[in-house]
Amino acid sequence: MNFLQALGTWALNVCEQLGRASCFLFATLGRRPRFIRTFPLLIQQLYAIGVLSLLIIIVSGLFIGMVVSLQGYNTLEKFSATQQLGQLVALSVTRELGPVITALLFAGRAGSALTAEIALMKATEQLASMEMMGVDPLWRIISPRFWAGVISMPVLAAIFSAVAIYGGYLVGVKWLGLDAGAFWSNMQSTVDFHGDVINGLIKSLIFGFVITWISVYQGYDAVPTAEGIARATTRTVVYGSLAVLSLDFILTAVMLGGW
Amino acid sequence: MIPAATDNLVTLAQISFKRGDRLIFNDINITIPRGKIVGIMGPSGTGKTTLLRLIGAQLKPTAGHIHVNGQNIHQLSTKDLYLARRQMGMLFQSGGLFTGMNTFENVAFPLREHTTLPETMIRDIVLMKLEAVGLRGAVALNPSELSGGMSRRVALARAIVLDPQLIMYDEPFTGLDPIAKGVIVQLIKKLNNALGLTSILVSHDIHETCAIADLLYILADGHIIGSGTPAELLKSEHPSIKQFMQGLPDGMIPFQYPAKDYAKDLLS
Repeated sequence: MNFLQALGTWALNVCEQLGRASCFLFATLGRRPRFIRTFPLLIQQLYAIGVLSLLIIIVSGLFIGMVVSLQGYNTLEKFSATQQLGQLVALSVTRELGPVITALLFAGRAGSALTAEIALMKATEQLASMEMMGVDPLWRIISPRFWAGVISMPVLAAIFSAVAIYGGYLVGVKWLGLDAGAFWSNMQSTVDFHGDVINGLIKSLIFGFVITWISVYQGYDAVPTAEGIARATTRTVVYGSLAVLSLDFILTAVMLGGW
Repeated sequence: MIPAATDNLVTLAQISFKRGDRLIFNDINITIPRGKIVGIMGPSGTGKTTLLRLIGAQLKPTAGHIHVNGQNIHQLSTKDLYLARRQMGMLFQSGGLFTGMNTFENVAFPLREHTTLPETMIRDIVLMKLEAVGLRGAVALNPSELSGGMSRRVALARAIVLDPQLIMYDEPFTGLDPIAKGVIVQLIKKLNNALGLTSILVSHDIHETCAIADLLYILADGHIIGSGTPAELLKSEHPSIKQFMQGLPDGMIPFQYPAKDYAKDLLS
């Protein structure tokens, strides 16, 4: 009976949290942008969330591409199919690794920073003082960060994929001696723009939406204490990563199912 | 006794407020006459800050209603509430300065958000407000470079930059040295008189609050235990009021948080 009671309480808490997060999302989406005032705020956040994440995305992309190329070469060599390396690297990166690893890095780097920043603003009464000045924090603080996250994620994933393919090229062609023409032409003939590239970008757009939603909500809903901020930041990374991995499976199933 | 004021800027009528199962306020009535400095005093944890948040409509009462400038503040639409808040300034205990902006930008923030004034006029207004709080020279400093007293003065300049009718001070003297405390006391009085404001001053610093308040309310245990002018309350023989005003450690207002029997607790 106690177990059932605990399960019921847990389920109610989950429903309550989901309801609050959904109300928060709709309230954020409902804030009408005022172009002249919103645009500079959006640019600031695109810099903080997108541009400052570039380094980790580029370095990670390069190494992931190099590792995939090295592992792929060793496996393909057993079947005398090393000419297919370009195809293997490009498909792995554009379909899966690009969107998923970028999203995980994005949750760790930009998502946690967003949560900590908003939660700290709450703890130091900056959000409350903004409200009392007649300025809506959802419009002034949350909305630009949310949209900057949603816009940044597909761009970062595209950059990750491009750099990873270049990393694969460096290892496969420059180091292991594959023919550059075979590497690129095989890639070109097998990678489908809609089925692979666009689907990868759609995935990253959805991941960006979910991670940024989790990040800003956790910050706004955080208990305004040192421990509360630490917990909120941890939740952002954990929930964000789990959401990305589970959504990736669902989206892949939908996309492979002929969508 | 509080004189029957005909022109009250803020009226709290039969306000009750619960947080979880805990009753913070139980049917309290407070009136804030226009143009006066009204002190809300009471021991820590009695809900003084909560009272300010209720007046600012950041919290909603469980029962009762609050009128600010004739408007029931909790029945306004979001848009009207934000409009009404432009007529209120609030000085938070921590100052609430935006850490990503310097002193100038912090004070200019409400002007940039709510007006379309040209940059030269914004600069002049900001400098005038900073001059009023004695910090025109700190215009380029960041919040991290300001002392506690300076932060509160900058926050005060920001709170008055839109020339509100009502200003609420949340524990403005806490953690300040005697000089900074004296400066803030004088500033509150000076600004209230010079700008024709109405001030609500939440504090448990008896000396400083009595020095400038026209009226006082003393809160304890969810009720108003006393109200009147500082002189009246200082002379009061009511045990709870006397205990608070004279800082006696124990009496009608218990020093101990409610607990089970001490001996039983130790031996259990």
